[in-house]
Amino acid sequence: MHMADALISPAVGGAMTAAAAGVAAYSVKKIKNDLDDKAVPMMGVMGAFVFASQMINFSIPATGSSGHLGGGMLLAILLGPHAGFLTMASVLLIQALFFGDGGLLAYGCNVINLGFFTCFTAYPLIYRRITRKGLSSGRIFWASMISAVAGLQMGSFSVVLETLLSGRTELPFKSFVLLMQPIHLAIGVVEGLITAAVAAFVWKARPEILERVETGKTMGDVSIKKVLSVLLAAAVIIGGFVSWFASSNPDGLEWSIGRIAGTAELEASGGVHNFMANVQSKTAILPDYGFNTTDESETSEYAGTSVSGIAGGAMTLGLAALIGLAISAVKKKKTVRSRQH
Amino acid sequence: MSGQRIIEVSNLHFTYPDGHEAVKGISFTIYQGESVGIVGANGSGKSTLLSLITGVIFPDKGEVKVGDVAVTKKTLATVRQKLGMVFQDSDDQLFMTTVYDDVAFGPRNYKLDENEVKARVEEALDMVGIPHLIDRAPYKLSGGEKRAAAIASVLSMKPDVLIMDEPTSGLDPKSRRRFINVLKGFSHTKIITSHDLDMVMETCNRVIILKEGKAAADGTTLEILTNGELLDDCGLEVPLSMQKCPVCGTCKQGL
Amino acid sequence: MSKIVESMYSIRMLDDLARKDTAIHKIHPAAKLLTTIAYLITVVSFGRYEISGLLPFVLYPMVIILLAELPAAQIFKRLLIIEPLIIGIGILNPLFDPRGWISFASIMIKSGLTVTACLILVSTTGLDKIAQALRTLRVPGVFVLQLILTFRYISLLTEELARMLRAYVMRAPLRKGVRLKDCGSFVGQLLLRTSDRAQRVYDSMKLRGFDGEYHSNGESRIAWRDVLFLISWSLFFIIARIHDIPAFLGLLLERVIG
Repeated sequence: MHMADALISPAVGGAMTAAAAGVAAYSVKKIKNDLDDKAVPMMGVMGAFVFASQMINFSIPATGSSGHLGGGMLLAILLGPHAGFLTMASVLLIQALFFGDGGLLAYGCNVINLGFFTCFTAYPLIYRRITRKGLSSGRIFWASMISAVAGLQMGSFSVVLETLLSGRTELPFKSFVLLMQPIHLAIGVVEGLITAAVAAFVWKARPEILERVETGKTMGDVSIKKVLSVLLAAAVIIGGFVSWFASSNPDGLEWSIGRIAGTAELEASGGVHNFMANVQSKTAILPDYGFNTTDESETSEYAGTSVSGIAGGAMTLGLAALIGLAISAVKKKKTVRSRQH
Repeated sequence: MSGQRIIEVSNLHFTYPDGHEAVKGISFTIYQGESVGIVGANGSGKSTLLSLITGVIFPDKGEVKVGDVAVTKKTLATVRQKLGMVFQDSDDQLFMTTVYDDVAFGPRNYKLDENEVKARVEEALDMVGIPHLIDRAPYKLSGGEKRAAAIASVLSMKPDVLIMDEPTSGLDPKSRRRFINVLKGFSHTKIITSHDLDMVMETCNRVIILKEGKAAADGTTLEILTNGELLDDCGLEVPLSMQKCPVCGTCKQGL
Repeated sequence: MSKIVESMYSIRMLDDLARKDTAIHKIHPAAKLLTTIAYLITVVSFGRYEISGLLPFVLYPMVIILLAELPAAQIFKRLLIIEPLIIGIGILNPLFDPRGWISFASIMIKSGLTVTACLILVSTTGLDKIAQALRTLRVPGVFVLQLILTFRYISLLTEELARMLRAYVMRAPLRKGVRLKDCGSFVGQLLLRTSDRAQRVYDSMKLRGFDGEYHSNGESRIAWRDVLFLISWSLFFIIARIHDIPAFLGLLLERVIG
C-alpha cells in the first residue's frame, strides 16, 4: 500500500505533502509540552515495532501493491493520535529512505493514507466512541477491530484516488476499487485482530499506558467538528493544487475525470504548461526538435519512437556511459597514485 | 576526608506502579573523595536507589541533594552534569556507530568545541586503557571492552561523582582485574553497587548494606565485610578472599 | 520472521556505507537532500508517455554512485525487490491503452530512477546526518527526535526478537516458527522487553546531557562546494526537463549525416 513516486504526479505529491505537513505541525504543537521521559522512548519503540510489522507482506495480484499491516490504529491506541501520527510519519520516512518503499514525493500520500485516516478519523470517531464508557477487554476488542477495518478501507480508497488523479496508470476507477477494497477488508480484519491482541495484552500487563491515553493526557480527545473541518480544508487545498497543475497535465487529470464522470475534456489553459513552453522557446537551439510536453499529439516524438528519437536516445545513453567510464578511470588513477605514496 | 557533602539522601521512599515498595526510608551522606560500595541481596533496592539519585525516578517521600542542589525536574540538567552513571548493561549505553562517537556524545551535548571534544575522548579512552578502540563499532567489542567504553563515555563528561551499577558482572578474570586497577586510579567520588564483594573490598573505603529497601548497615569496608553474621542476615556472604581456603581448609591469617 | 531480521540488518549495511569518506559524503546533507527532492520532482513531472526525455536523468545516480564508490550491485538488488510491485500495476497499462507499453516503460524508468535516488541519498548521508539536515530546514525537533529514536530502536528490537526466537526455538525443536496461539504473548513480551530496554537507553542518553537535539560533528556549516553541488545539479535537471536532449542529439546526428 505504499505509493511509489513513479505512480504519482508532482501535483498530487505536493498537495498531499502539504496536507501531511499541516497535520504533523498540528500534532507537534499538541504534544510538545506533554512529552516526558516515558513518552519519548515509548514512541520510538512503537515506531520500531510498526516498522518491523510492516515487513510482513501479503502480495495482491494485479494491483501491484502488497498488502501489509499498517499499524496506525495500534499507534493511536497506545500513544494517542498526535504522537501516533508522528510515529507513523517517522516509520514511513525510514522505509522510504532505506528501502525505497514509498517514494519521497509520495511520502505525503503515504503518511495521510496510513496515518491520518487511522489516527485522526477511525480512532476518534470509532475507537473512542466505543471505549468512551471505559475500558474492558470486550470493548477494546471490538473497538480495535472496527476502527482498524475502517481505517484501512479509507486508506486504500485514498490510494485509488491519488493514483487516478496522478494519471500515470490506466486502471479504470471501478476495477481499481473492486480490487483494492475487498483485499484491504481482509487485511483490515487481520490487522484488527492483531491490534486487538496487542492492545489487550498491554492493557493487562501495563494498564497505565492505555489509561494515560484515555484520560486525554496524551490528547486522546479530538472533536468530530475538528476532523470534518480538516478534511474539508484538505479537499480545498488538494483541489486548488490540482487545478493549477491541471493545465500542464491535460492528459492525466482530464483523462481520469473523463473516465470517472464520462464528461468532455477540460481545456488546457495557461499556468505551468505555457510557462514551460515560453522558457523552452526562448532557450531552444534547434527550434524544431521535440519539446518535453505532455501533449498527446506528439507521442511519437517524445516517446522517442521516431528514428531520430531512437538515435538520440542511444546517443544520450552512450554519452552517459562515456562520462561514467571517464569518472571511474580518473578514480582509479587517483587510488593508484595515492597507493604509490 | 575533605568534608564536603557531595550526595545527601534523606528519608527516601519509593513504590513502583505495581505496588512494590522498593525503598522504605533510606538516609545517608556521601562526602567528596569517598568510594562507597552499596551491596545487598537481589531486590534489596540497589538499582532503585541509583535511579532516585540520578533523577530517573522521583521519590514519593524524602529528597536527594547533589552538592546542595535538591534533585527536582527543574534541576535535572545541572545535577546530571555532576553525576556520571555507568549502567549495568553496557549495550544500553553504547548506541552510536563508533566508540569515538559514543564517548563524544556527552561532551557534544555540552556543545563543546570539536577540538575539546576530541581531546576529552582521547583522554577518557586512555584512562580506561582502550585508546586503540577509538574507531571500532561498539557492537563488535568484547564484554570487557564494552564496559571500558561505557565508562569512558561517562568520564569524558568530567563528572564529580562516578556511579556504577554492577560494573564487574560478566567480566572475565583479566578484564575484571584491569577494571579494578583502573578504578583504583580514579580520584572521583565513587558509588558502586555490586555483588562482587571482593572487588568492593579492594576499591571501596565505605560500605552500605541494603536489606529490603532499608539501609541495614553503614560503615567502613573492613567493619562491614568482616562481619559474617551481619552479612548472612542480609542475604550475603563474607567475600570469597576472606573465606576458608578451599584446598587446605585453614582460615586466612588475621581473622 | 527471519525476513524481518534480515531487512533490519540491511538497514545497517546502508548506514555503514554512509560512513565512507568520499567527496560526495562530505557534501552537506541538506544540499544532498534538496538535490534529491529536486531530482524526484523533475523526474516525476514527466508525462505518462515520456521516455526519451527521462534518459539524461540516469546521469545523476550514475555519477553519484561512481564518485561515492557505492556498491552498484547492492543498490540494484534493492531496486529489484521493489520492482515487482510497480510491475504489477504498470503491466495493466498495455491492457487498457494502445500506447500502454510506452506508459509502462515510462513508469518503469521513473521508478528505477526515483528509488535509486533515495537509496543513494541514504548511503551517502546516513540517517543521523539527514536528521541534521531536516533540522537545518526547520523541521520540528519533536519529529526529528522521533525519527532518530525509531531508527535506533529498530536494532534494539531486532536483537530482542532474535534472542526470543532463539530461546523459543530451542524449546520447540519439532516446530517450525512460532505457534499461532503463542504469537499473542510472544509479541506482547517482545514489546514490553524492548520498551524496557529502550527506556534504559533513553535514560542513559538523558543522563549524559541529551536534551532532544542531536549535536553531531559540529561541521554543520554550509560551504560553497555544497551550494555549487545543489545549483549545478538543479540546473541540469531543469535543462533536461525542458529540452529533450535525446531528440536534440538525434536531430544533430541527422544534420551531420544527412
